[in-house]
Amino acid sequence: MSKTKYINKIGIEIPAYIEGIGALQPYSGSFTKLKKGIMEEPSIPPPNKSILPHKSKLKKSIKRAIQACNPHDGMTISFHHHLRGGDAVLMQVMEVIAAMGIKDITLASSSLTSAHDGIVPMIMDETITGIFSSGVRGELGLTISHGHLKKPAVIHSHGGRVRGVHTGRINIDIAVIAASASDEEGNATGSHGPSAFGSLGYACIDARYAKNVIVVTDNLVEYPCIPPSIPQNFVDFVVKVDSIGDPKKIATGTTRITKSPLDLRIAKLASEVITKSNYFKDGISFQVGAGGASLAVAKFIRTAMKEKQIKGSFLLGGITSYGVDMLNEGLFRAIFDVQSFDAAVSSSILNNPNHVEIPAGYYANPYNSGCVINKLDVVVLGALEIDTNFNVNVITGSEGDIRGASGGHSDTAAGAHMTVVVCPSFRGRIPIIKKKINNVVTPGETIDVVVTERGICINPLRKDLLQQFAQSNLQIRTIEDLEEEVRGICGETKPVEYEDRIVAVVEYRDGTIIDVIKQIKE
Amino acid sequence: MAKAKRKNRRSMLYIPGNNPAMLQNGGVYGADCVLLDLEDAVALNQKDAARILVRNMLQNVDYYNCEVSVRVNHISTPFGLADLEEIVPLQPDAIRFPKTESIQELAELIRIIEEIEDKHNLPHDKMKIHAMIETAVGVQNVYQIAAYSKRVDAITIGGQDLTADMGIEKTKDNAGIDYARKQIIMAAKANGIDAIDTVFADVDDEEGLREETLYAKKIGFSGKAVINPRQIDIVNDAFMPTDEEIRKASKIYRGWVKAKAEGLGVFAIDGKMIDAPVFARAERVLEIANVDLNTL
Repeated sequence: MSKTKYINKIGIEIPAYIEGIGALQPYSGSFTKLKKGIMEEPSIPPPNKSILPHKSKLKKSIKRAIQACNPHDGMTISFHHHLRGGDAVLMQVMEVIAAMGIKDITLASSSLTSAHDGIVPMIMDETITGIFSSGVRGELGLTISHGHLKKPAVIHSHGGRVRGVHTGRINIDIAVIAASASDEEGNATGSHGPSAFGSLGYACIDARYAKNVIVVTDNLVEYPCIPPSIPQNFVDFVVKVDSIGDPKKIATGTTRITKSPLDLRIAKLASEVITKSNYFKDGISFQVGAGGASLAVAKFIRTAMKEKQIKGSFLLGGITSYGVDMLNEGLFRAIFDVQSFDAAVSSSILNNPNHVEIPAGYYANPYNSGCVINKLDVVVLGALEIDTNFNVNVITGSEGDIRGASGGHSDTAAGAHMTVVVCPSFRGRIPIIKKKINNVVTPGETIDVVVTERGICINPLRKDLLQQFAQSNLQIRTIEDLEEEVRGICGETKPVEYEDRIVAVVEYRDGTIIDVIKQIKE
Repeated sequence: MAKAKRKNRRSMLYIPGNNPAMLQNGGVYGADCVLLDLEDAVALNQKDAARILVRNMLQNVDYYNCEVSVRVNHISTPFGLADLEEIVPLQPDAIRFPKTESIQELAELIRIIEEIEDKHNLPHDKMKIHAMIETAVGVQNVYQIAAYSKRVDAITIGGQDLTADMGIEKTKDNAGIDYARKQIIMAAKANGIDAIDTVFADVDDEEGLREETLYAKKIGFSGKAVINPRQIDIVNDAFMPTDEEIRKASKIYRGWVKAKAEGLGVFAIDGKMIDAPVFARAERVLEIANVDLNTL
């Protein structure tokens, strides 16, 4: 008899098979599978389509475009999340599809934000029965956590999503690509237009592999639309709509560094770890998050680079105007941009040849001949919870509800020479550093340093870092010691109570399953 | 016996006594001192709640290496005595006493404190008093106040109250309180204790804070009160000796040790005479900069 379940490398029980998803492999270590040098799972071929010369791709409405794509029950439809909280395309399309009466749809969006709470009723009436995403928040997260989605959701990383499309686990029937400018052939970009949002990096894989590709834009420009982030040879239909979303929420003005004294304190400590490490030298490559303590680290690094006259190599990831300023000041030679966070970034991507828009596969897919995260020196990441084995949860909250995003967390942690997690040791009265956390997204073996306001913990696996910092004045302590202090302040927390039913699986970047998320007990 | 290390008092972080989150995290920001405030930061109808909260926080929160002081209400108010009765038994490092005007007032304060200490079998020499000078009368009497008791080990200036008392506006250049600042510094220096500068109110003006702190350091203050944790690093940095100061002090220290071994009382470095006061200043610079003297 074949196995019905496994215990994975971090001790979590994983079923061997889940109805609606298929066979599962247990997480076996961050590089165990990659060491083989080739992906064992077969890849699906991308479709090779044909279209006759001068045939129009323009469709009058979203409905017409969908109708032209052979919509059917059980299909998979994909979106990208570059429009973030301002996105109106996903909802416009899904409302059309729901009205057509199509059921049992798998929604494969590179991420889902608070702008997508409107799909909750479509989950309740089984219009949508499956979800692939790197993040889920708000009402939608609660809906899944309480067991209303028919099949378990799959939470993947940005790099892992690309692999998932290659293997056909995410087998896209219709890809909808929102663009702030496109021509009638579907040369599409996010780098200009009234709703400019910058990079289109996550959508590239969808364009290549979907059976049908629809570009939706509020800004149909004269042929050719330059630069073609998505080239016309992958696009089947183009639709002009009144609005692709709320520009104010798509791209905020200029990213401001937090004023929270606690975040700034943590960021300052993290920057000291980085500047005192051997990686802080000419040629450093660097990635930070887009907000809070993580972005604030950039502020201190920027000053330190100027003081020590250090010239970096590249900035990676989600890019803010702060990163663009550092590029323009000559602190880095290039930016690789898979996702842009504010308005200033779009014009930089458009005008600065050293600001390079990159697809998600180039950014983080573990199964190719080398993605950019493999060249990262330092990444600064956040966390919702961390356990004393340095495992990090960025997907579920303290009450077990899905409310976060895997994003590039586990990708960059695996790639970077030094992964620094910044977070407070507790929030309100909720401990962040704990013995046991609700879920794991990023394995502890890829986390090197945890920086909190109450001290810095180095992963004991990194003896070299412990040695490097031994002579410094950094306030280094063991994570067990910190956990004990935090428990002293917050008290013991009551574990979340779950049902047996699995409502989501957390896929590691190599496609193995690192954790399962269970239904919260009512 | 090794000389006791003098505590740095570069930054003193005010924390409102009725703000649990800030009280809980007060020790993590890198301030040399935290100042739990029961006085002006707390509204009249919150006085009891703040007193109870600060009492409990003192018993439960680790402020790590910070010096902990509590600003009580003046003993002439309905709250001052109750504050002292709750706080004195817990013996924070210091009580900060607002609007100190005379030694008579100070004598009354110390009498009350010692009475409470006696009741709890506590010594009279552990908890210090930081006298705040916030009125024109206080400025005139500051030398006697600083000299009155060994328990007074810092004098501080309250700029807002002082300008209000003087009937003038508190300007960014602090012209109106410049005399008072220097008078307070002189009184502190004459008694070998610290003088601490008033707060800088504009928390977003980092450059202004740096300039004002460098001025405070130049005229003789040992530290400065801050109202937001974001001000701490700037103030700490400003009070830190510069690299050049540290280099010079190290040279003097090494020269002094050598001269002493050779039995000389006075010697010269780069043509400048080095005597005991110059050496004492160099030693203090190295102490503030946390330089291990054995490595020199």
